[in-house]
Amino acid sequence: MIEGLAALYIFLLAGFTGFEIISRVPVILHTPLMSGSNFVHGIVLVGAMIALGIAETTSQQVIGFIAVLLAAGNAVGGYVVTERMLEMFKTTGKQDKKGAHK
Amino acid sequence: MELIIQISYLLAAVLFILGLKQMSSPVTARRGIHWAGAGMVVATLVTFAAEEITGNEQAATNVMLIIIAIALGGGYAWYTGKRVAMTDMPQMIAMYNGMGGGAAAAIAAVELLKAQAAVQSGYASSVHDYLGADVAVLAILGAIIGTIAFSGSIVAWAKLDGRLNSSKLLPQQQLINLVLAVVLVILAINVYLSGSLNLIIAFFVLALVLGVFITVPVGGADMPVIISLFNALTGLAVGFEGYVLGNAAMIIAGTVVGSAGTLLTHLMAKAMNRSVSNVFFSGFGTGPAAAAAADVDGTQKEVQPQDAGIMMAYASQVIIIPGYGMAVAQAQHKIWELTQLLTEKGVKVKFAIHPVAGRMPGHMNVLLAEAGVPYDMIYDMEDINADFPNTTVTLVIGANDVVNPAAKKDPASPLYGMPTLNAEASQNVIVIKRGRGTGFSGVENSLFVADNTRMLFGDGQKVANELIQAVKEL
Repeated sequence: MIEGLAALYIFLLAGFTGFEIISRVPVILHTPLMSGSNFVHGIVLVGAMIALGIAETTSQQVIGFIAVLLAAGNAVGGYVVTERMLEMFKTTGKQDKKGAHK
Repeated sequence: MELIIQISYLLAAVLFILGLKQMSSPVTARRGIHWAGAGMVVATLVTFAAEEITGNEQAATNVMLIIIAIALGGGYAWYTGKRVAMTDMPQMIAMYNGMGGGAAAAIAAVELLKAQAAVQSGYASSVHDYLGADVAVLAILGAIIGTIAFSGSIVAWAKLDGRLNSSKLLPQQQLINLVLAVVLVILAINVYLSGSLNLIIAFFVLALVLGVFITVPVGGADMPVIISLFNALTGLAVGFEGYVLGNAAMIIAGTVVGSAGTLLTHLMAKAMNRSVSNVFFSGFGTGPAAAAAADVDGTQKEVQPQDAGIMMAYASQVIIIPGYGMAVAQAQHKIWELTQLLTEKGVKVKFAIHPVAGRMPGHMNVLLAEAGVPYDMIYDMEDINADFPNTTVTLVIGANDVVNPAAKKDPASPLYGMPTLNAEASQNVIVIKRGRGTGFSGVENSLFVADNTRMLFGDGQKVANELIQAVKEL
């Protein structure tokens, strides 16, 4: 369905997109962003599900099972830690509500 | 149904890209991860309806297995992700990243096993005959990259988590790695040309070993660069396996992460004044430069917390330079309390963050944010370096190499050339430090013996507490 040149176009355009997204990131967000991009490649879960879906023999099923297991870990773990980190970013303005600052 | 699935994948890919875009500003970052999360849920759910999964005899068993695997893997990650301390975040990211790489490699393994079965039954003559040349090449490439990212990330996790301290494996490690890499390529070509099960197994085992061998010699300070690089590699592997499966969402998301991760790796390495090849092919400070580095003469002068507190309370401006040592001592909450006290007394307080403070760029910002420090009080190195001469007191807590003046002055120092914070330019420097030892790099620091520097020895949290008491008593 996605073959040859069409895939090459997608690879190239997606590559430029990734480059463009990161190039204007302040240092303070490097860690959350790395974690966020780590979450995004958790999309491998979709492929792992298909790999297990097409498995016919037991050994294929075992490896497919491992694939889904690992991929789910990548996706869920990536989301949870990124969310936790980003949750903590506040401005001085928001601190005022607690009366903690100024 | 096929159309709905494809449109959902496209939607997921768009949500990922927009999500990552929003994550590049602190204001919209939270929304970003929520959008990306929504994309993931949509993509996962529609995949259950995919023809590859529903359209064969063993569908019932396999769907069951998929649900169990998601529950187990997701449950484990949810549990660990919710519990991990912010200081341990880098190794957790490494772990989840390794899982992704392993998953990509396992997808390739299933494809190769299917090809192998076809060859064995005489249906096809070789792996490339069964899969097609383009698919076979990308499946094998993705398998190599994914497997190395998997075992390498696990090693990175173990090293950062303190479970593995050795940086030495074998003599002539670099040479061995080179030989292994060549053998791996030869194996890969043979896998492509044949369909032998033993070859496939040897191929994966060798890739696993190579991932370990590449990562073990890498020094602790360079770990973030490695983790970031493995993150990019996993993305690439996911993109390749996406092509193998004809899955647009995987191709787009994987490639975006691959290129974004590569740039991020480069930015991190640049901030540490290291090149990526440098990180891999030389142990830090083992070159001749280390031997020639100038010894630091002079004595470290101690100060009592009471006096240090008074110095800060009557200062016009205080800059705090936190390092990983602060996070280890869990002192960030106390430091924030101290900051608030000083602010009440009319002292202008700023936080100066070196690009590699903490265990990876931005890690320190996360730790300060956890303590409640608003991000507009936190300054990057370029923005604050000119401000040090106007600063009465610079408080260095748990940081060492990032304030070492030798990086600017001493060409023989292994740190030479690394951009540092100009702490030495401020009128007074107070350094909170656990003991008299050297920093992460093992390099002596001449700042600690400078005339305007006073040392406060002790556990970061305890000392911060004493400073708070001292300021309160005024």
